[in-house]
Amino acid sequence: MKLTVWTYEGPPHVGAMRVATGMKGLHYVLHAPQGDTYADLLFTMIERRDHRPPVTYTTFQARDLGSDTAHLFKDACQQAYDRFKPEAIIVGASCTAELIQDDPGGLAETLGLPIPVIPLELPSYQRKENFGADETFFQIVRHLARPMEKTAQVSCNIIGPTALGFRHRDDIQELTALLFDMGVQVNVVAPMGASPSDIARMGQAHFNVLLYPETAEAAARWMERELGQPFTKTVPIGVGATRDFLAEVAAITSLSPQVDDSRLRLPWWSSSVDSTYLTGKRVFIFGDATHVKASARIARDEMGFEVAGIGCYNREFARDIRALGKELGVDSLISDDYLEVERVIEELQPEMILGTQMERHIGKRLGIPCAVISAPVHVQDFPARYSPQVGFEGANVIFDTWIHPLVMGLEEHLLHMFRDDFEFHDEAGPSHHGGHMPKDIAAAADPQKTVLLEDGNVIWLDAAERELKKIPFFVRGKAKRNTEKFASEKGVNQISVETLYEAKAHYAR
Amino acid sequence: MNDQAPITGCADTPVLKERGQREVFCGLTGIIWLHRKMQDAFFLVVGSRTCAHLLQSAAGVMIFAEPRFGTAILEEKDLAGLVDANDELDREVARLLARRPDIKQLFLVGSCPSEVIKLDLARAAERLSEIHAPDVRVINFSGSGIETTFTQGEDACLAALVPQLPATDARELLLVGALPDVVEDQAMQLLSDMRLNNIRVLPAGRVTDETAVGPNTVFALTQPFLGDTHAALIRRGARHIAAPFPFGEEGTTAWLRAIADEFDVDQDTFDRVTAAPRARARKAIQAQAAVLNGKSIFFFPDSQLEIPLARFLTRECGMQALEVGAPYIHRDLVGHDLDLLPAGPVISEGQDVDMQLDRCRAAHPDLTVCGLGLANPLEGEGLSTKWAIELVFTPVHFYEQAGDLAGLFARPLRRKSLLTGFHPNMQAAE
Ligand code: SF4
Repeated sequence: MKLTVWTYEGPPHVGAMRVATGMKGLHYVLHAPQGDTYADLLFTMIERRDHRPPVTYTTFQARDLGSDTAHLFKDACQQAYDRFKPEAIIVGASCTAELIQDDPGGLAETLGLPIPVIPLELPSYQRKENFGADETFFQIVRHLARPMEKTAQVSCNIIGPTALGFRHRDDIQELTALLFDMGVQVNVVAPMGASPSDIARMGQAHFNVLLYPETAEAAARWMERELGQPFTKTVPIGVGATRDFLAEVAAITSLSPQVDDSRLRLPWWSSSVDSTYLTGKRVFIFGDATHVKASARIARDEMGFEVAGIGCYNREFARDIRALGKELGVDSLISDDYLEVERVIEELQPEMILGTQMERHIGKRLGIPCAVISAPVHVQDFPARYSPQVGFEGANVIFDTWIHPLVMGLEEHLLHMFRDDFEFHDEAGPSHHGGHMPKDIAAAADPQKTVLLEDGNVIWLDAAERELKKIPFFVRGKAKRNTEKFASEKGVNQISVETLYEAKAHYAR
Repeated sequence: MNDQAPITGCADTPVLKERGQREVFCGLTGIIWLHRKMQDAFFLVVGSRTCAHLLQSAAGVMIFAEPRFGTAILEEKDLAGLVDANDELDREVARLLARRPDIKQLFLVGSCPSEVIKLDLARAAERLSEIHAPDVRVINFSGSGIETTFTQGEDACLAALVPQLPATDARELLLVGALPDVVEDQAMQLLSDMRLNNIRVLPAGRVTDETAVGPNTVFALTQPFLGDTHAALIRRGARHIAAPFPFGEEGTTAWLRAIADEFDVDQDTFDRVTAAPRARARKAIQAQAAVLNGKSIFFFPDSQLEIPLARFLTRECGMQALEVGAPYIHRDLVGHDLDLLPAGPVISEGQDVDMQLDRCRAAHPDLTVCGLGLANPLEGEGLSTKWAIELVFTPVHFYEQAGDLAGLFARPLRRKSLLTGFHPNMQAAE
C-alpha cells in the first residue's frame, strides 16, 4: 500500500484507451464500474476531442457482483459490436474487474463475433498507463500484422503516437515532412490515425520509426523479429538528435541524410547576444524518459544550460536515465512520488525547471520558472497552433517554449541596474507575463530573518542579508547557497557582507 | 409564487427506468468539495491507481502541494493477504497523522477494489480510532463506484457522521449539506433575521464546531442527494422539514417558508426578511431568462440536482424540459419538486447511455446538461451543453445566487448565438 497524492500515470487500462481512442475502427470493451467512465473526460476535455472515446464500459454494480457480471460483459460486448460495427475489438478489465476474474477474453470469444477480438492482460496492481499503451499496441500489432512484400519505394511506419500524447499530433506532421525530404514514404502511422486494416499492412514498410519508446517499443521489437523491420533508436527531438536520426535513417535506407534545414533557427537564436543570459542557467529536468533524454541534450549542448539534475517517473526506463545522469555527472531521480520530486527541487534550487504540469505547480510554489516538456498532459498542452517537438521546427518551438518563462536577456540587465525602481523591482517578473509574480526564492526558502544552517549554525548578519536582497531574485538562491557552503567550508559561522563577496569571488569562473 | 402552478405536475408521470451503461462519476468525486468544507479532515481513499487518477482528473488541477486527500493504492501483496493489508493501512495512517498534526478527523473511504476484496474498513476505522484517540477520530464510508454515483459520496460521508454526533434534547434546526461558505452564511443570515437561533450545520467546518442531534432536532436538506443522511437522522429521532430545494426565487422561498412554518414565524416577519432578496433574485433571473425563455432542455443523469433544477428552469426561466434523467429518484426528497415540475418531460431513472444519446439527438434540445465525458462530443454535433459538475462546484443556492444559476445555463446559449455560423461542424446547416 502506498499513499499517493498526485499521479504521473493513470492505470494501465487508460493506456489501452489512449491506443483505442487514437485509432479508427477499433472498439474497446472494458469490464469496469461506472466511476471508471471518468477517463472519457481526459480525452474529451483535455484533448478537446469532439467524439466519445470508442469505449464501452460494463458499469457493473454491487448488486451484480454475486450474480452475473460475466453475462453483463457478454451483453455489453455484443451490443458494442452491433452498434459500432468496428473492424476489431479489444477487451479487458479495469482494476476492479481484474479482482472478480471474469476473463473478458474468453467470454468475448464465446460470442463468435466475425471480427478479430484481441484480449488484453494488463496487471492493474503492478503496472501503469505507459505499460498499458505499449502492451495494447503490441497485442494489436501481433494479432493483425503479417509479413508482406515491401513497398517498391522506400517506406517506413511511424509508431508510438497515441491519443492524449504530448504534442503527438504535430510531431507526426513534422516527422512525415522530414522523412519525405529524405525520400522516405510513410506507410502507416500507428496507433494514432490507424485502423485495424492499416495495422494489417504495416509489414509493407521497410523499417519502423520508433517515435515514442514508452508506447511502442514492444511492438517495434516484435516487428523487427517477425516482419524483418529494423527500427530507429534515436528520437529526433533537438537539433543534434534530429541529425543523428537522419544519419540512422540514411544507414538503413542508403538515402542521403541531407535535408533542407533552412527553417532551423535554434542554433543562431542560442548564439545571438541576447541568449548570453541563458549560459550556465541551472536546470532540473523531469518527465517521461524519452523527453528527459532529449531535453538534457538540448539543454546542455544547444542552449548552454547547466543540467543540475534529471529524473523520470517511468521506472521502465530507469537504467537509461541513470546512465545519462552519470554521463552528465548529476544525480538521477527515478520516482513517481510527487512530494519526493518537490523535495529534490527544493534542495537543488535550480534556476529553471523543465518538467511536466506537476513540476509547473511545484515551480509556481517555489517561484522557479518552469517550461513543460512531457506528459502527463493538461489542456494547455494542446495548443491550437502548430507546435511539434521533433525535427527542426520542433527545435525552434522548444527554444521559444523554454525561454518563455524566463526574464529575457536585456531585461535581466535592466532589472539588475534598476532594481530599486518600482517598475523593475524584484517581484515584477518577466514583462511579457501578466498577473502573477514569481516568489522570492530566498524568502520562500527562509521565512525567518536570521538563517540557521542545520549543521554549522551559520547566521546571516543583517547587512549581509540586505546585500543578498540586492542580488536579482533569479540568481539569489544560487548566491545564498554558495555563500553558505563557502562559509561552512571555511568554518565561518557568521556571514557578513565580506563573506558574501569572498564567496562570490571563490565561485567566479 | 403559485400563480403559474401547473394543473398537473410530474408526480404521477411514469418513470422510464434504465439499466445499461452509465456515464457517471463514482462517489469518490465528492471528496473534491468535501475536503474544502471540512478543514480539519483528511480523506484517505483505500483503492487503486484508478481511484487516485479519478480524483486527480475530477479535481482538474493540482491546487495544493499536499491536499487533504490521498489514495492508499493497493498493491499486489495487499491483495494476497488481508492481514497484511490491515497492517499496511495502519502504518500508512500512522505516518500520515504524524506528518499532519492538523488532521482531527480521518475518513477511510472505501472503493470498488477495497469492497471486492472485502477489506473491512469499518473495523479498521474502529481500530484506528482507538489507536489515535483522542486526537483524531477515524470514520469510514464508501465512495465506491459499485455502490455510489457521484454526489452519493457526500451522502455516504454525512450519513457516516450522524451516528457519531452527540445527543441533545434541545430544539434545534439543522441544515444538512456541504455548501460553499458564502451560501451557507446567506442562509444563516436569512434565518436569523427571522429570529431563528440555534441553527447548526452538517457537515461542520471543524470537528469542534460539531452539532448534536436528538428527538427535538428538525432538519432541512440543502441538497437533493442526501437520502441516506436523511434516514440516519430520522433514526436519531430528528424530523425532516420537507420542501422544494432552495434553487431560484421560488424554491428558496418555499424552502424558507417550510422552516418558518415549523418555527411559527409570522407572515409579516417572513415578508420583511425575504421581500428585498426575493425582488433582487427575480430581477437577476429576469435578465437571464430572456435568453432561456422558450428554449428546450435535456438532462442526462449526473449530479442528482436534475429534478429541482428542471423545476427552476421551467417555472422561473420559461424553459421547456424534454427529458429529466436522474441516477435514482428518492421521492421523500424530491417529491415537492416533482409536484411542481410541469408535466411533459420524460422522467428517467438510471441510464443506458447510448440509448439516451439516441433520444437526445432525436429530441435535439437547445441545451443539454451532461457530464464532462459527453459535453464536447455533443457540442461537436452542434448541441449546446452545460456540464453538470459545475453545478456542484459553484455557489448556486438561495436568492443571491439565483441569477448566477440561471446564468450558468444561459451562457452556452449566448455563446452559440454569438458564434453563429462559426461552428466547424455546422457549416452545412448555415
Ligand atoms: S469506480 Fe471504483 S475503482 Fe473506479 S475510481 Fe471509483 S471507486 Fe475507484
